[in-house]
Amino acid sequence: MQHGKYRFIVGFLVFPLALYALFVVWPFIQSIYYSFTDWTGLSPDFTMVGFDNYTRMLDDDTFWSSLQHSLTFALLLPVVVLGLALFFAFMLNVGGRGRKGAAISGVRGSSFYKIVYFFPQVLSIAIVALLFQFAYNPNSGAINSALSAVGLDSVKPEWLGDPKLALWCVMAVLVWSTTGFFVVLFSAGMASIPKDFYEAALLDGASRFTTFFRITLPLLWDTVQSGWVYMGILALGAESFAVVQIMTVGPGGPADSTNVLTLLVYQKAFRDGQAAYATTIGVALLLVTLAFAAVVMRLGRRERLEF
Amino acid sequence: MGSTSAQNSEGLGRRDVIKRSAAIGLITVPTMSFLASCASSDSGSDKKVEKGKATEKNPLGVNASAPLDFVLFDGGFGTEYATDAVKGYEKAFPDAKVKFTPTQKIQSELQPRFNGGTPPDLIDNSGAEQMDMGVLAGKKQLADLTPLMDAPSFDDPAKKVRDTLRPGVLEMGQLDGDPVWIMYYAYTVYGVWYSQTALDKLDAQYPEDWDAMLALCAKAKKKGIAGWTYAGKYPYYIPFSLYPFIGKIGGREVLDAIDNLEPNAWKHPAVKSAFEAYFELYKKGYILQGTPGLDHIQSQTAWTEGKALFIPNGSWVENEAAKTTPKDFQMKVAAPSSLDSSDKLPFGALWASGGEPFIVPANAKNPDGGMEQLRIMLSEESSKNFTSKVKSLSSFNGGTDGLSLSTALQAGVDALAKAGANVLNPRLQDWYVELQKQKIGVGVLGELMAGRMTPAEAVKKCQEFADATAKDSSIKHYKHQ
Repeated sequence: MQHGKYRFIVGFLVFPLALYALFVVWPFIQSIYYSFTDWTGLSPDFTMVGFDNYTRMLDDDTFWSSLQHSLTFALLLPVVVLGLALFFAFMLNVGGRGRKGAAISGVRGSSFYKIVYFFPQVLSIAIVALLFQFAYNPNSGAINSALSAVGLDSVKPEWLGDPKLALWCVMAVLVWSTTGFFVVLFSAGMASIPKDFYEAALLDGASRFTTFFRITLPLLWDTVQSGWVYMGILALGAESFAVVQIMTVGPGGPADSTNVLTLLVYQKAFRDGQAAYATTIGVALLLVTLAFAAVVMRLGRRERLEF
Repeated sequence: MGSTSAQNSEGLGRRDVIKRSAAIGLITVPTMSFLASCASSDSGSDKKVEKGKATEKNPLGVNASAPLDFVLFDGGFGTEYATDAVKGYEKAFPDAKVKFTPTQKIQSELQPRFNGGTPPDLIDNSGAEQMDMGVLAGKKQLADLTPLMDAPSFDDPAKKVRDTLRPGVLEMGQLDGDPVWIMYYAYTVYGVWYSQTALDKLDAQYPEDWDAMLALCAKAKKKGIAGWTYAGKYPYYIPFSLYPFIGKIGGREVLDAIDNLEPNAWKHPAVKSAFEAYFELYKKGYILQGTPGLDHIQSQTAWTEGKALFIPNGSWVENEAAKTTPKDFQMKVAAPSSLDSSDKLPFGALWASGGEPFIVPANAKNPDGGMEQLRIMLSEESSKNFTSKVKSLSSFNGGTDGLSLSTALQAGVDALAKAGANVLNPRLQDWYVELQKQKIGVGVLGELMAGRMTPAEAVKKCQEFADATAKDSSIKHYKHQ
């Protein structure tokens, strides 16, 4: 089998790689090329302008605040979402008190919760954003109505209208809509961990806390790492664009407090007729993404446990 | 049990492959690649259709058998007014085939066609996906509409089309110099919108000066009604009453200086007075609670429900809010109230300008057909049809006789009559979209009205943003003629 192994693999990969080169790598090279032009996106003529777009980008306050928000998303969202998802998945699969002779089981009603957690995944992100936009309506939205129903009439935050809260409101929506998927993913991962490990741990008197950190997490590490990468893609890419574009003031406001790089690319290309500058920001986004991938891959490298 | 583990002696395991491909997959994230595929094809290689013979009935010399490609923004005005006009074209040229395409995605659908050099013959370039007209004109993508303007009008051959238009429409279509690039078909009256019924309940008339405005707001507040609301999520609706207010206080030159991005234009005392007056509405609690978090529809709904008296808006609001408007609402529009007796312009000065910009691309196959279609739309009959179907005025001056107008439309006609020559037309929103919407709208006015910025800071910020735009060489700059 060793003999000709690579030829064998290459044989399978040629076609997908060719497609990939044509539809992904080639547009990337083109984008980098366009970032050195003054292409408007509205007519086919343009000239080379050297590094003008790049110097302009470095002076652009909106770019820096967008970068900051995108980085916040990329760093914070995976931690929160994966943390929550791990907790829920653990409680659903392992965290319950033993009953009916089964040593390991989830909390009461876990099969019901599993389905409920998955609900948000069924809704398109655009719908989710719209729903939350109604919920955040400071005048008659669900959240403020609930607040006044419990007697907190004086507390009426403006949510998306308040620059201090808006980014967190957006983030909360992303957490709400993505956690369920990872609960299901991690549940599947946990189901493949042999039960005897847990039984042995319980016999030794391990608490739920210890079981989680000593058994579940290490054996689930590969899945968590893939989840991390996937979540980073969501946070830097399309998902964050959709919620910010649909929900926020402006969009991107108030006062640039929620703008993200993907939205900025869109605005520059399609609102301001500055496609070349948009591709420049796209190149910056590419660098951020590559850096993110490199960090995750490096930090995540651990010795794999075989079982 | 458990996962299939890689047998280490054999090298490349399944998980390695998956992991590595995941790593490669990561670089697909930036969504810029879609941009790149559409440039760099050659332009304008297509031949135009042959010109027809110019006659009295066909002054533009349209080729009677050439097809016409018409793309319309399908928005608040719907498509019926245009399909009716297309019927007029088909009647005039029975051999011509008209391809009529209504869409909301103007830019997504047309950008590739512009880049490919095969744009349609007539476009209603409107809506959220409006293409930047300054860029289009600057890149020589638009046809000069002067032949249309100089052609005899549809109804009266002795009168040129340019003489049948409402004030300011033609100038709006010029960006710099004489060529007319854009024909604005709808005519929008901006101002302070209110319900006569709501005012009647408070025994009040529309307040013609600011003290009366504050007194009325105070009276309303006692009854639990807010004075004002606005589209808090899109604070660039505030200028619809604020800019003419500034112009009224300081004169037309102040607005012109702002549009021209002149140094210290925003530092004119009129700007600060206007900002302070609006800020007072916030300070005294006359703004509907939660307004900064409402979008345009939500704020309009709160207004039609009677939670607030006044809202800065444009004449499309009648159609847009129709579903939530009570029958006895009596929607009306008025010019901004006077600040005090030292105002440069009398009460009545207001903002009115063209909407629904129609363009004919330079590389269109049948540009004459596109212009002829516009000429037909600017007939009295088409204009009347437009006004009665979509409850908006058109750029055709007149065309309301014999129509029974709604209170809102009638108020618009009356307001225009009262304004007379004092129709203001600030251009920031079509010249510098980013400056107007993102910087001044969301960045300053939204913050000011939410009480997070003082008028003095707001003036300073506006000036900073305007200066930055003036300095930015990647933006095309315009001046009032």
